[in-house]
Amino acid sequence: MSFLLVQALSGLATAATLFLVSSGLTIVFGVTRIVNFAHGSLCMIGAYLGWSLIERFGGSVGGFWGSVALASLGAGALGAAMEVGLLRRLYRSPELFQLLGTFGVVLVAQDAVAWVWGPEDLMGRRAPGLKGSVDILGQPFPLYDLVLIGLGPLVLGLLWLLFTRTRWGVLVRAATQDRDMASALGVDPARLFTGVLFLGSALAGLGGALQVPREAVNLHMDMAMIVEAFVVVVVGGMGSLTGAFLAALLIGQLQAFGILVFPQITLVLVFLFMAVVLVLRPHGLMGRAEDAPPAAAAAAPVLRLGNRGGWIALALLALLATAPLLVGDYAVIVLTEMVILALFAASLHVLIGLGGLVSFGHAAYFGLGAYGAALLVRHLGAPMPLALAAAPLVAGLGALIAGWFCVRRSGLYFAMLTLAFAQITWSVAFQWSGFTGGDNGLLGIWPSAWASGKAVYYWLTLALCAGALALLRRAAFAPFGYALRAGRDSALRAESVGIDVRRHQWCAFALAGSAAGLAGGLYAFAKGSVFPTLMAVSVSVDALVMILLGGVQTVSGPLAGAALFHLLESQVMRATDLWRLLLGLTIVALVLLFPRGIVGVLSNRRERS
Amino acid sequence: MSQLEVTDLARGFGGVQAVRGVSFTLESGELLALIGPNGAGKSTCFNLLNGQLRPDSGRVRLDGVDLVGRTPRRIWAMGVGRTFQITATFASMTVAENVQTVLLSRARRLFGLWRPASRQFRDEALALLARVGMADQADRPCGVLAYGDLKRVELAMALASDPKILLMDEPTAGMAPAERLELMALTAALVRERGLAVLFTEHDMDVVFGHATRLLVLDRGTIIADGPPDAVRTDRRVQAVYLGDES
Repeated sequence: MSFLLVQALSGLATAATLFLVSSGLTIVFGVTRIVNFAHGSLCMIGAYLGWSLIERFGGSVGGFWGSVALASLGAGALGAAMEVGLLRRLYRSPELFQLLGTFGVVLVAQDAVAWVWGPEDLMGRRAPGLKGSVDILGQPFPLYDLVLIGLGPLVLGLLWLLFTRTRWGVLVRAATQDRDMASALGVDPARLFTGVLFLGSALAGLGGALQVPREAVNLHMDMAMIVEAFVVVVVGGMGSLTGAFLAALLIGQLQAFGILVFPQITLVLVFLFMAVVLVLRPHGLMGRAEDAPPAAAAAAPVLRLGNRGGWIALALLALLATAPLLVGDYAVIVLTEMVILALFAASLHVLIGLGGLVSFGHAAYFGLGAYGAALLVRHLGAPMPLALAAAPLVAGLGALIAGWFCVRRSGLYFAMLTLAFAQITWSVAFQWSGFTGGDNGLLGIWPSAWASGKAVYYWLTLALCAGALALLRRAAFAPFGYALRAGRDSALRAESVGIDVRRHQWCAFALAGSAAGLAGGLYAFAKGSVFPTLMAVSVSVDALVMILLGGVQTVSGPLAGAALFHLLESQVMRATDLWRLLLGLTIVALVLLFPRGIVGVLSNRRERS
Repeated sequence: MSQLEVTDLARGFGGVQAVRGVSFTLESGELLALIGPNGAGKSTCFNLLNGQLRPDSGRVRLDGVDLVGRTPRRIWAMGVGRTFQITATFASMTVAENVQTVLLSRARRLFGLWRPASRQFRDEALALLARVGMADQADRPCGVLAYGDLKRVELAMALASDPKILLMDEPTAGMAPAERLELMALTAALVRERGLAVLFTEHDMDVVFGHATRLLVLDRGTIIADGPPDAVRTDRRVQAVYLGDES
């Protein structure tokens, strides 16, 4: 009994931090309608700043709490700067660009923090005066955690006062309801939004700094925090403070007790919980239905089935096929990966370019294909051809299941659901170490003897990928592709002419998933190993960046984008340790240069001419 | 000959009874106008007929078959076409491809993964476009068309499913007066040629009295007049409730 009570209390302490971070995220979303990926990074920066300040001044009670407050303000200032420099230009952009832009900041922050504080985990000093523990029914419980438990409701209360009792809070709520009306009434939305970003980021920083006495500050905090905060915000209802509080409490308890019952799959539990909530209550526990669907991406231009496209593709294929005769082994390896990534990017393009469905978890199916093949080899001793044949089937099946949930929602919620399913597959691969090898991955996944030469494996990859790409291209110009585009251009019209939009999207999800799975299977044998990182958010984002580089509007764009991306990655990574920083800056520059999307820029040109 | 029979249709939103006790029939060859002041329940009525909304009570029958409870897709497949007040076409496709997509949908070929869509039903699409006067723009992207032309494309898309009943929500909204009369003349001709039954809402009284074969007047969710244009024009209740609004 007392054990359960202590477990519940520690769940409450977790919930308090979770709420602090999530409340910031939900406030920022409520006002700006942007899901700020960098929120987790601000939390991490708050923790690192807090660690440094506490190391120096944290000996006294005043010094400790002063350091925490200062760290929080520092994160707030960075958030405000981010609003002025980046977000302000993205308010009217397609969601893809908002998510990508803020993810660019995540990448920059990762390398910047590692550069300033180093890669090692940093253990912080305990809070002075709160080092001990209290007895709760005979069980010791940390005093500091008790303080945290009290802090959650306190912050909720203060935020409530701020938003209902102050002029600033009322203005923020007005802008949340109707941005245009608020600015028509003489409220300067720019300053208001900067203030909101400051507040939200300060809350993230506070949540981070308060973690210093509890656990080591590390470089993975940003993704861990943002993913959990996403779940809380989505479960609670995006933009709802009370919802976030409730969801944080529920998820805190789910984690505290889930670890007792299913220690292997605590992460899965959290995401399953979110998926179930979203299916039952599409707008979260306390969320309200949006008046209008989130801003649609700029209308895509007409796709045309060119007559010369086929010949160019054949010529390119012939050129690629002769490459191993002309270049060395290293170049052949790079080319193999490039071809695989081209298929991966093209499979995502089926969803984004044709269906207008921005998936933030496409790496899941790449990873499922890779793991499907690797597990068959490892546990059943399957030969390579069989494992490669299984890869698209495993991934396709996974996509069929996840897709059934995901296509029920659109826009941001679709993106969040795909992300959730990617995190589920990632956490299975990461936590179920007995089966998947966990963090160590599965090694020794080499091709059959006949395909073990670099050139032979490259030709095999080229043949399979070219075949799959040809199929995807046929599908894009076949009635299936038209039905998808019809659903994206106008779902209302599509339904009214008998098109089952959802079913087409579901099938597209499965098709894209299995194509990504084939790419994943080929990747596993090319690398000889698989790791959970194959399914990480950053891999999903890599695919999005490839599409962005190549342009969303053409079927061949993703191929060029994948080639360019991989070339840059393999070259820059050899030259510098700051690859993520550069990639992040590139992404930010891309979305700032093309805030309405590359398509938008093109149509702007057309309108002017 | 087809017949749409609406009996005692009712639908409320919270405390507001948007449509109540609405009954009427619509037969092939009729161009039936549904008019009424803003908020009278016209759009709700439309959404109830094509399955977008489910009525609280009442029946909608097409040639004796009940439509209530079926999805918009199913009702469309049974022969009830619809155009929207705000034009909605597939902007990333050409004019012909818009119509071809509907023809493919009708032929249940939308899951085809191999044969290019742009080469299927092209002649049928061009014939429909010729009928609405859009054949010369068949290969232009829909996204760049003028508003009036979009309305014509929508009409061709609606006709592509060869409907028995066509519901048109403010078909001429946002068009210049000359264009309005032209589009309604075209619609009237199609009604005669194809034995179509059209139900349309409209604010422009010139269009209504110039082309409708019969009028329904809706006020606060109920039908207060149903008859030929001349009879409705002189109906005192209609004048008081509806036309009186404008004086």
